[in-house]
Amino acid sequence: MIIKGKVHKFGNDINTDDIIAAKYLVSTDAAELGKHCMETINPNFSQAVSPGDIIVAGNNFGCGSSREHAPLAIKGCGVAAVLAKSFAAIFFRNAINIGLPFLETAQIEQINHGDMIEIDLATGIIKNITQNESYKTQAFPEFLQQIVASGGLINYIKKNKVK
Amino acid sequence: MGYTLAEKLLLAHCSQKQIKPGEFIQAHVDVALANDITAPLAIAEFKKSGFKKVFNKNKIVLVPDHFAPAKDAKSANQCQVLADFAKEQEIKNYFEVGCMGIEHALLPEKGIVLPGDLVIGADSHTCTYGALGAYATGMGSTDLARAYIDGQCWLKVPPTIKFVFQGKLNKWVTGKDLILYTIGQIGVDGALYKVMEFCGPVISKLGMDDRFSMCNMAIEAGARAGLIAPDAITKKYVAAFKRKPKFYQSDNDAVYEKIYTWDVSKLEPQVACPHLPSNVRPARSLKNIKVDQVVIGSCTNGRISDLRIAAKLLKNKKVARGVKLIIFPATQKIYLQAVKEGLAEIFVRAGGIFSTPTCGPCLGGHMGILADGEVAIATTNRNFLGRMGSPKSFVYLSNPAVAAASALTGKITHPDNLK
Repeated sequence: MIIKGKVHKFGNDINTDDIIAAKYLVSTDAAELGKHCMETINPNFSQAVSPGDIIVAGNNFGCGSSREHAPLAIKGCGVAAVLAKSFAAIFFRNAINIGLPFLETAQIEQINHGDMIEIDLATGIIKNITQNESYKTQAFPEFLQQIVASGGLINYIKKNKVK
Repeated sequence: MGYTLAEKLLLAHCSQKQIKPGEFIQAHVDVALANDITAPLAIAEFKKSGFKKVFNKNKIVLVPDHFAPAKDAKSANQCQVLADFAKEQEIKNYFEVGCMGIEHALLPEKGIVLPGDLVIGADSHTCTYGALGAYATGMGSTDLARAYIDGQCWLKVPPTIKFVFQGKLNKWVTGKDLILYTIGQIGVDGALYKVMEFCGPVISKLGMDDRFSMCNMAIEAGARAGLIAPDAITKKYVAAFKRKPKFYQSDNDAVYEKIYTWDVSKLEPQVACPHLPSNVRPARSLKNIKVDQVVIGSCTNGRISDLRIAAKLLKNKKVARGVKLIIFPATQKIYLQAVKEGLAEIFVRAGGIFSTPTCGPCLGGHMGILADGEVAIATTNRNFLGRMGSPKSFVYLSNPAVAAASALTGKITHPDNLK
């Protein structure tokens, strides 16, 4: 799967309250949650996103709460993928389970806000079209790739009787 | 090569004969917990999948605690989803308002989680139960939906970091201060994807309430679990429950990724400053920080020993003019105990409010939301930007003694400095 989009850059430790504040957790609708994505730290974020854009962030992206509403809000506002130096563990599994594409890469400093980038999830290759560079990162372990390829955890379970 | 406590717990819940960090396992779940925010998504996913009956109605727990008693019609609808599902699936561990408490205080109190269990919860503070020697970890709603279907979850075996606490604790220093200090030392991603195992002579002397508040905040360092090996104190705590616990210990030759050994004899009460739980300073070093609100409660510090400490300081005193003191016991049982012991009266006479159990202001839900520019000191677990309300407000985290002392003076105060 290849995703191409404009970069929205964030720092370290972007937490789930930043991604979607608790007051909006009275809905489970991705589009509704998407309207308030990143509102606490950037009130104009959801308007600034065009469908297919990519979030690029530092360490520990998605730390804090277990709310699956966080990756849902990111998907709901039109973001197609997230790149970060590292992800918080619960966010990591939530993103896999709901099928929000993401990659871990150490090379986020080279990527600027507004750059146009292209990421290939299968190979882990990130192309920075604006800067005419490319970076290689590790693709997912096979088990996790299978969940993503099945379209999320529940479909995976339905397809494969897990012992 | 020996196993750590976490590895033994995981090994006991999967089909593999041996495991090592980094491997994926399918683990059998003893308890699958969700609340009024995360259960509606899990239930919707379960129903969408076409399955009709949950794998085991006795292993599912539903607690409406975050926005309950319902703060508005939308949250009432979410609570109703839990009630309806519990009825339809005959889930007995559904706790309506009146029986309800904050999930992570309620489950141990009821004996629903015991040592040796594997617990998944659609709430990040599920790691609290590690204090009992259970492998307990936070996940998302889809993970819960999957567990509703087949009683399993996927896990990547995490490496363990050991924290050895040496020495003797000073007056006013609690489990909360130990965990704040730890997070301050290693950072909010210092244990990312890892297990934190707490041990040493200081931990051996800690009561269960303090152990729960330590393990509760393991997630604030990014950990998958925070564990304390069961000992005589744990065994006494679970002695009265019907279901039989299983006690595991780390082997002497267990392999740890890292070991921290700290002498905490000189440790003072700690405060995490805005806007990260790792931004930790000694309470005594914070001068002239005025507070508008003091919150004592939550899954971190809403247990009876926390309320007793607060009451001791607040007895026959008045909160400073202009300070809102909000105390919320974590469960109905704790609430009743506080009434019986006269603590509730102390709080009300001091000018505080004594609320029904709820997660309430901790996550900016209801019952004490901060305005622009307001400052709170809270015994809760997170002080992220906007966590308790306005993105222009400020939250400091502390133990109950520092919070109560601050309510009396109107600024962040070490209890030693009360007149």
